Amino acid sequence: MCNCKDKNIYLPYMMQVEKVTVEAPGVKTLRLKFKNEEDEKSFSFRAGQFAEYSAIGDGECTFCIASPSTRKGYVECTFRQAGRVTSSLSKLEEGDTMGFRGPFGNYFPMEEWKGKNLLFIAGGIALPPMRSVIWTALDEREKYGDVTIVYGAKTVADLVYKNELKEWEDREDVTLITTVDPGGETPEWKGKVGFVPTVVGESPINAENTIAIVCGPPVMIKFTFPVLEKLGFAKENIYTTLENRMKCGVGKCGRCNVGKMYVCKDGPVFTAVDLAELPDDF
Amino acid sequence: MDTLYIKKSDIPSWWNAIKAAHDHVVAPVRKDKVVEFARVESYEQVATDYIQTTRSAKEVLFPRTERLFSYKKNGRDIEVQDFDPESVPSQVLWHVRPCDAASLFPLDAVFNWDYKDVMYNTRRERTAIVATSCATADEYCFCTSVGGGAGDTRGSDILLTYTADGAIAEVMTEKGKSLVALSQNLFTEYTAGDKDKYVADVPRVFDVEKLKEKMHGMFDSQVWKEQSERCLGCGACAYVCPTCSCFDIQENPKGSCGERLRCWDSCGFAQFTLHTSGHNPRSTQASRWRQRLMHKFSYIPQRQDSLGCTGCGRCSRACPVDMNIKEHLSSIDKIQ
Ligand code: SF4
Ligand code: SF4
Ligand code: FES
Repeated sequence: MCNCKDKNIYLPYMMQVEKVTVEAPGVKTLRLKFKNEEDEKSFSFRAGQFAEYSAIGDGECTFCIASPSTRKGYVECTFRQAGRVTSSLSKLEEGDTMGFRGPFGNYFPMEEWKGKNLLFIAGGIALPPMRSVIWTALDEREKYGDVTIVYGAKTVADLVYKNELKEWEDREDVTLITTVDPGGETPEWKGKVGFVPTVVGESPINAENTIAIVCGPPVMIKFTFPVLEKLGFAKENIYTTLENRMKCGVGKCGRCNVGKMYVCKDGPVFTAVDLAELPDDF
Repeated sequence: MDTLYIKKSDIPSWWNAIKAAHDHVVAPVRKDKVVEFARVESYEQVATDYIQTTRSAKEVLFPRTERLFSYKKNGRDIEVQDFDPESVPSQVLWHVRPCDAASLFPLDAVFNWDYKDVMYNTRRERTAIVATSCATADEYCFCTSVGGGAGDTRGSDILLTYTADGAIAEVMTEKGKSLVALSQNLFTEYTAGDKDKYVADVPRVFDVEKLKEKMHGMFDSQVWKEQSERCLGCGACAYVCPTCSCFDIQENPKGSCGERLRCWDSCGFAQFTLHTSGHNPRSTQASRWRQRLMHKFSYIPQRQDSLGCTGCGRCSRACPVDMNIKEHLSSIDKIQ
């Protein structure tokens, strides 16, 4: 029986940092293991959900869970060092203790996507929320049709998950298109040069029976949606995750409220239909 | 519901019985010019000659700053100390206004949808509410325009309405019954049915149902800019409001120990929605003012079957630049 009534929703699980990976300048991935076995046993999440990660003594930060839901025993987060909490998190070393609250929010309805093609479009640091879905799909590859990933960053150095990009590139059952913003290329760069929305528009993408999942900064989302609609995607087949400022993650602190929606409760996953109904307040 | 009567001369002894049966009684107390809620030791300390306390009674259930947990670092290990429900005292909130009692509806809703907030709920469970009907009101009050009233019983365990020589006690809940039971012999049945005679007449200035409907479509209206032109974004309105429940989460480290706190916050502050990237979805005071009113009159009603305002008028009384919510709402009501 769940004893949720008596649980303090603000008390984080204690986690041990198991692995630290430097992904790009200022960008790190932390792999966390539950310190308490009971916590680990009762924990599960769905791709797209987010969590509050805390550097105890410095505060909490909101990121999507970057590891796939198909892999048990750990969770991962990838973040760019930007503020006080992320600076403090990025100082953590293997074996250190930190806090974790979650999973929160809704998730991608992957059950409904069975038999469909998946098109992933991500920009910059927004690959992490996408990575959870990508690996969840690839771990159960037979359930889906074609898998296409379009990923862009400012410069070649800013591309995260370089090893995984290589892995996806080498797989027969994945089409990977990488791009960097004009001026961000290096002489060795073999991918495309151009902004994500433009590259999507120019790629051989078939909207039929396809779900598009878009993650990135607000401007990228704004410019990518019309491109997808032009390619023939219906609004209800376009998904995204909103990165609003959050604190509590549980619908209490009021920070993530947009219109009648709370991003932490009703999101972070929204379809283009949902977004069109939201006031321009995010 | 039972409607009972207690003589004026008997109220102090009932009060003393209540005080003896609980850890604290919290009531309005006069400190120079202001009246604020505080723990009181004797019946004489309770202030009654005022229209409204500056701050609401919400901090009894939702303190201005509250510890979420504390921690101690031991090398690379961290030990956390959870909130202890046993540490929450039993208390009676005495002589609150009906508009404060009514604020428990939106507060209960937000602290309990999906996830339950154990701190709020424990305090709520251990607090009994004895409200008092208002015999007088001022020009800032508009409870009757938002579904309440100067003699409204919503949210109260007991509502007292003072008559010339005693008080009518409307006993609304089991908690209320057990407070009466502490001095059962002092109460008699009350059947006169003339309560309204002793309750202030607060004129209704707008139709809130129509206002709610209208506000749904007003996101892009110019009115927010016009109304908020002089707003300083000081957040005073949110701090004094009985229904505002937004909070921030902050750390309070002291060497290797420390605590995580939640502190009241306000959507009126520019920082409230500022992203680390510099992006701020509500970058103007107009957009923050819109959030304040739309949240209370459009968003909350769409989700929680209650309003985010009880018409207490505190925000208008506290505002350093005389923003007056009653006038602002009336003028929105009049927009064609
Ligand atoms: S918004 Fe103003 S009038 Fe309404 S409940 Fe809050 S303080 Fe009172
Ligand atoms: S109290 Fe007045 S000035 Fe201060 S934020 Fe509220 S409306 Fe603006
Ligand atoms: S993050 Fe606190 S309400 Fe959504």
